[in-house]
Amino acid sequence: MSEFTEDQLQRYSRHIILPEVGGKGQKKLLNAKVFIIGAGGLGCPVGYYLAAAGVGTIAMIDNDEVELSNLQRQIAHSVKTLGKPKVESAKNTFESLNPDVNVIALKQRISKDNIMDLIKDYDVVVDGSDNFPTRYLVNDACVMAGKPLVSGAILRFEGQVTTIIPGEGHCYRCLFEEMPPAGLVPSCQEAGVLGVLPGVVGGLQATEVLKLILGKGDVLKNELLIYNALKTTFRKVKVPKNPDCPVCGSNPTIKKLLDYDAEYCTMQ
Amino acid sequence: MAEDIKADKKINIKGLVCPYTFVKAKLAVEDMEVGQVLEILLDYEEALRSIPKSMEDHGQKVLKVEKINDTDWILVIRKEKE
Ligand SMILES: [Zn+2]
Repeated sequence: MSEFTEDQLQRYSRHIILPEVGGKGQKKLLNAKVFIIGAGGLGCPVGYYLAAAGVGTIAMIDNDEVELSNLQRQIAHSVKTLGKPKVESAKNTFESLNPDVNVIALKQRISKDNIMDLIKDYDVVVDGSDNFPTRYLVNDACVMAGKPLVSGAILRFEGQVTTIIPGEGHCYRCLFEEMPPAGLVPSCQEAGVLGVLPGVVGGLQATEVLKLILGKGDVLKNELLIYNALKTTFRKVKVPKNPDCPVCGSNPTIKKLLDYDAEYCTMQ
Repeated sequence: MAEDIKADKKINIKGLVCPYTFVKAKLAVEDMEVGQVLEILLDYEEALRSIPKSMEDHGQKVLKVEKINDTDWILVIRKEKE
């Protein structure tokens, strides 16, 4: 028989009555462990919805403190947590939404030296970082570790989401083999973003994570979804796995993590 | 009463209202094997329509809906699929 408490039956009732979720799926969610990189625009809604859904363990890594300029889009934080570490702020928010969830707050930078160890016990990794060095680091680490990765990016009015299943589909380097030159990427002063955009993109990322955990539906494997908020368009682009990809191809040239640091905007 | 059909499992959900009537019934079905029969005792009249409809939407078979006294009904469901 089910071991749900009466509170859990009420909290998750709208999940349990879905044929694709049910009590069994809800237990998978409660037992799942998700690692989120970044507690900013994307990390906030992803963590918020995963916590609401009852994903049992959520780790978040971010080295920043909450600033007033974050609150236009980073919905896990508030004026009460200004100056506090973002991961602590988010942990308080998510755990007050759902006490079933254990949020592990990691106030540090993700790097080539710690990432493999940090992600090794998790089922799914979510990239909500805001810079290319981290995006490539996370991609390469997930390919090497064989971890499913749900990657998201936002800029101005446009967002992108893709789901990387190492060994099955494409990876980020199949899409963009090398990081773009720094000059081509807007620095943070030039890079505006519509505040609701990370809500849409983070919501899509959280949906991908839930489907991966449940083993239901289709995910954005070999596909990139592009959302344009100004035009209200969603576009799916096919991204075939590149057999010559430097990290996931048949003869990879990248066999250990690199030094990804570059002078890109890190939203400090 | 369901004397002609032997229930493998019986649940009493008297006092519950939607959606918890269906939540309890669905969890009971999930824990059963295909082919097994569930007997549900309930007193929430709305659920007499909603549970059979939802069970059939989920691919299960409704064998019986029966009023047993002034306040209570019995629903008998056979699990047809996981
Ligand atoms: Zn690749």
